[in-house]
Amino acid sequence: MTDVLHGRPRDGVRTPKRTPVASRPRRRRRGLPRRNYPAGLGSLIWLGIVGLPLYVLVAATFQTRNGYIDHGPLALPDHPTLANYRRVLTSGFLHYLLNTALVTAVCAALVIVLSVTVGYSVVRTRSRTSRRIFQIFLLGLAIPSQAVIIPIYLVITKLHLYDTLLAVILPTAAFSLPVSVLILVGTMRDIDEEMYESMALDGASPTRVLLQLVVPLSRSGISTVGVMSALHAWNGFLFPLILTQSKSNRLLTLGLYDYVGEFRVDTPALLTAVVLSIVPIFLVYLFARRQLINGLMGVGGK
Amino acid sequence: MADAVPRHSKSVGRPSVAWALPGALFFVFFAVAPMILVVALAFTDWDGIGTPQWTGLSNWTRLWDDPDTHQAIRLSLVLTVLTWLVQTPLALLLGVWAAGHQRNRAVLSAIFFLPLLGSSVALALVWKSLLDPNFGLIADIGPALGFEDGDLLGSSTGAFGAVLFVTAWQFIPLHTLIYQGGARAVPRSLYDAAAIDGAGTVRQFFSITLPQLRNTIVTSSVIMVVGALTFFDTVLILTKGGPGTDTTIMPYLMYKNGFQAFDLGYASAVATILVVVATTVSLLLVRLTGFTAMRSTREGM
Repeated sequence: MTDVLHGRPRDGVRTPKRTPVASRPRRRRRGLPRRNYPAGLGSLIWLGIVGLPLYVLVAATFQTRNGYIDHGPLALPDHPTLANYRRVLTSGFLHYLLNTALVTAVCAALVIVLSVTVGYSVVRTRSRTSRRIFQIFLLGLAIPSQAVIIPIYLVITKLHLYDTLLAVILPTAAFSLPVSVLILVGTMRDIDEEMYESMALDGASPTRVLLQLVVPLSRSGISTVGVMSALHAWNGFLFPLILTQSKSNRLLTLGLYDYVGEFRVDTPALLTAVVLSIVPIFLVYLFARRQLINGLMGVGGK
Repeated sequence: MADAVPRHSKSVGRPSVAWALPGALFFVFFAVAPMILVVALAFTDWDGIGTPQWTGLSNWTRLWDDPDTHQAIRLSLVLTVLTWLVQTPLALLLGVWAAGHQRNRAVLSAIFFLPLLGSSVALALVWKSLLDPNFGLIADIGPALGFEDGDLLGSSTGAFGAVLFVTAWQFIPLHTLIYQGGARAVPRSLYDAAAIDGAGTVRQFFSITLPQLRNTIVTSSVIMVVGALTFFDTVLILTKGGPGTDTTIMPYLMYKNGFQAFDLGYASAVATILVVVATTVSLLLVRLTGFTAMRSTREGM
């Protein structure tokens, strides 16, 4: 799979938004690559630590239950089988997948709409209130969802949303907002003041400025936010665990957790469910690797 | 939305604060208000069905005397410190290494990134299978690690070590990425100058890279600390807080009290401690890294 994943030199990853000014020296590309043997060795050891479990994970899915028990997790399947995939796909997996896809899509849409409007206001409004709002989001970066799960449970039951997909969507989206606002404020601040002024001269309303200037020029930030919040929603576990109950509203992560009891010692089937739950994100990784990495880097890079 | 009549003045085309309100209110309702509410609930008795009853300080006096809570606080602190000690050096080295533009580094980085794609549930299940004393990898390599029967998860140090290791395996890629971003932002000219002065790779790392990454280290550390305080999914799946209560860290203790024993008032008191610690750390984040500076600190992202 590495040929698909191979990285390009990542100079272009942080898309330069500023128009290049002559006085600004362009960052030079690196000189000759130095060879660093200890680092090379270290990275190979780490490759083993990362790669071995991933190998076991994938290999086991093609292994029969008895083959896995007899030959251990490291063995290549001697009689490769798709029975595990069949078993998982007929155990409600597709239903969980559909639920998760729905929750993920709605979350991402909600987060994009809300964080774009907040970001726009924070960047373009000259008022203390918008500064305060931005600070609330920054503070919110470190609120662990676990610490507030009890009041959220209270709020959700009072809203009569317990055991619905909406019960998961609302708090999940809320907890994606801080990072998203941070990313979008960063992107939107790099839009040239002159472009706003020229639109203002045309008498453009704030809505038109947003739709015709800010959104098109923040495309990279918006797609990063979309991918990040989708990943967050897809992998979320605590909210589904506490806020849903019935099988018809089950999401993938909670489904995986339940498979432990259902499959018991059938480890290959369990690991197959794990693999199937990661496949959709893996596809996103292949096609939107830049957005994903930018978002994750952006969490700490700012 | 306040679409003002277009006038040619400074405020033309500027949005009003109202634009931020939907997002801000939504966030306040589902994140900020619950944070305040959890503190209030910590002074009540609530079984999750009826109405919370005010009980004053009784949860707190109980918390003060509860050996399980003491143990949970201790375990959380130890786990947090050890997490930092394990993850920071590895992520720092890997991140700086991955910041190089060599092709082999790019390929390996793409593989190192993979654990980030899975949910904590999925990854914890993989490791639980590998650490299964009967059918897992640990059955083969356990004796070499000092676990003759391979029952790593059955011993308290083994189980604690497993939580530490599995979470490190899961989160080092994230911090590697953060350090990679930081290392790439270090001006190339510093290295060129150092190279002219004859500084080798190691010297350059300690004299340039490390000081330049100061802010990145702060940010990554804060994310790591808040993260380590909340390793709940991994504990639930890998050890269920056991053996006994030997890996029952604070969030798991909260879950056990709240959603298994349905003593949500007491669980709120435990959660309050988590909130206080996390908020303190968050304030530190805002202070130390100058997040609030109303200007772009980096070009684009």
